[in-house]
Amino acid sequence: MLRRTFMKTTALAAVASFAMIGTAFAENPILKIGFVGVTSGPAAAWGTSNQRSMETRAAWINETGGYDIGGTKYDIEIVSFDDQKDPKRAIAGMEQMAQAGIHYVVGPNVDDGAAAVRPVAEQNGIIYFPYAFPKELYTAPASNAVLGMIANYQSGPAIYKHLMENNGVKKVAFVAANESDPLSQRDGGVAAATALGLEVVSDSVTYQVDTTDFTPVLLPVVQAAPDLLVLSGVSPANAPQLIRSARELGYTGLISTETAQDAAVLQEGAGELANGFISVGGASTPELASDMMREFVDRYTKMFGEYNDESNTKVYALEYILATMAANPAAMTDVEAFKVTMDTFEAPNPFMVGDAKLKYVGTSSFGQKRQVSVPLVVNVFNNGAFETMFVAQVD
Amino acid sequence: MEQILANGLYLGAQYALIALGLTLIFSLMNVLNFAHGQMYVFGGFVTYTVVAQWGLPFIVGLIASAVILAIMGALIEFLLFRPVIRKSKRDESTMLLAAGIAFFLDAVILLLFGEKQRGVPKIVNGIFNWDMRLIMPYDRILIGVLAIAMIAGFIALMQYTKAGRAMRALAQDRMAAQLMGVDVDRYSMIGFALGALLAGLVGGLLVTITGINLGMGGPTSVKAFIMIMIGGAGVISGAIAGGFILGMMESIGLTVLAVYGDITYLAIFASLMVFLALRPQGLMGKPWG
Repeated sequence: MLRRTFMKTTALAAVASFAMIGTAFAENPILKIGFVGVTSGPAAAWGTSNQRSMETRAAWINETGGYDIGGTKYDIEIVSFDDQKDPKRAIAGMEQMAQAGIHYVVGPNVDDGAAAVRPVAEQNGIIYFPYAFPKELYTAPASNAVLGMIANYQSGPAIYKHLMENNGVKKVAFVAANESDPLSQRDGGVAAATALGLEVVSDSVTYQVDTTDFTPVLLPVVQAAPDLLVLSGVSPANAPQLIRSARELGYTGLISTETAQDAAVLQEGAGELANGFISVGGASTPELASDMMREFVDRYTKMFGEYNDESNTKVYALEYILATMAANPAAMTDVEAFKVTMDTFEAPNPFMVGDAKLKYVGTSSFGQKRQVSVPLVVNVFNNGAFETMFVAQVD
Repeated sequence: MEQILANGLYLGAQYALIALGLTLIFSLMNVLNFAHGQMYVFGGFVTYTVVAQWGLPFIVGLIASAVILAIMGALIEFLLFRPVIRKSKRDESTMLLAAGIAFFLDAVILLLFGEKQRGVPKIVNGIFNWDMRLIMPYDRILIGVLAIAMIAGFIALMQYTKAGRAMRALAQDRMAAQLMGVDVDRYSMIGFALGALLAGLVGGLLVTITGINLGMGGPTSVKAFIMIMIGGAGVISGAIAGGFILGMMESIGLTVLAVYGDITYLAIFASLMVFLALRPQGLMGKPWG
């Protein structure tokens, strides 16, 4: 009798435990957000900082009870796909997102990947946030892509102008990898430099991304004696080697790029030779960062062991997606509702101090609001870390 | 001109060392090792881990790369290629196996070492500058000299040791070597291990100059294949010649053709097509194999 009672009690307790666990797991519905970008190879640092930013923020939201959209708390799940910087794989990744019923995707990280996924995104009702600069992605009739950062044709002129005024730069040279992104960024840079009245002394030198010795590549560029050497669209893997080769060839002028870089990679690959290297940084500085941004950096570092300054920008895309849905819950499944909301959307920017706002911009560049508003922070590398050179804003 | 020649020699020395391992494996086993580039990358990451992560001297990292890659090569030959060669007479079987190993190693490298570009600090500081006519950092000179010394050491090993003679006999005529008492299995394994060791050594040497990342394996294999196509597949002297020719072509092309954009490799590939149409066996290869 006693044995039977004990077994009944145990069985009841087990059923009750399972029911409680089930209730706990089913507490919040899941909202899936996709990421399609490059997380392996020479440009891996770009996509990795996206993915890790999203995963850090999602884990933080889930830990604190979920994200409130229309009175319901959602747990956020990040579904990631490494496109290996290959447009064909980017298409496969976006198709996978469509099959999973995902309507909001961050990425891809490069021009050809972002252009390749456009038909898939438009046919399947997906809004995507590329880190790629082709204007046709953001200009009507296109409407599903939202630029997740500042474009090179927005940051380049600001950097050149600053260096002309503060460093007396008169002659500029451009070097680019023989790929669509760097070549288009070089052309944009050359046009911007010419418009500002700079003398372009070299713009035809290009290189293969798998180059193992940049000395012969840079020799004719260094011989042209520019005041500023622009590494157009340079990947984090190639930047330290190019800087090192230029310095070893005796080049003493300024070196800059309009792409984001990784301080740890620069330090390992070029050491003190990279001191003075100018690049576009993450959208935050110690002066701009709010407590929430500081906590994000802290959580990211604990989760992945190291932080990438570029994640100061990459943290924004997920926040914009969620905040826009919160402003109009219908946007969760209806991307047309999301697009309508973008025109008037405005919310407090949790990552910046003061009264900074989350809002969509891009009217000047694209004729419609298809860009997230983040501050343009230009950094200079010194002794293993980035220092802020200047901060600007894009409308 | 002095700078172009020096760049060409430096590039040629590292290319030749990469091609040597590939051609050795091909000559001994008739295997096109598509995973050679991944072995090079693995070697680079081992040196990076030992030197940059653990803070040990560079030479320790280099030895670790050589030993680990040699063991890896021996295991790959023993566990994978040997059974496949025994069971299948078709060349495609080993080619598919090699391609599979390349993908597998890519995944292993990603898991073990991550996706980021990695590098180790310069092993020698300072730059040699001859009146601005020839500029060469001392670390490049050292790596170039080390690469040439290793090539010389490899030739001496093949020429004057019992294992080297056995491997040369195997490369010339597998059946005849077997009939003369050469242990084919043993020397195939030693040869594969030596080829992988060379790949690991180059990876370890170049991580100080170029750094290393996951994506470097494929392009490295392609360049190694170009070199052995130029020199003649399976011929040691051909691989060395192919390496130096490619290095010199790259150096000259990047300087002379710079004004026309990045057409150096376009010109190299076009020249290679014409060359192979005229001499398909390469410079030093034999038409019959």
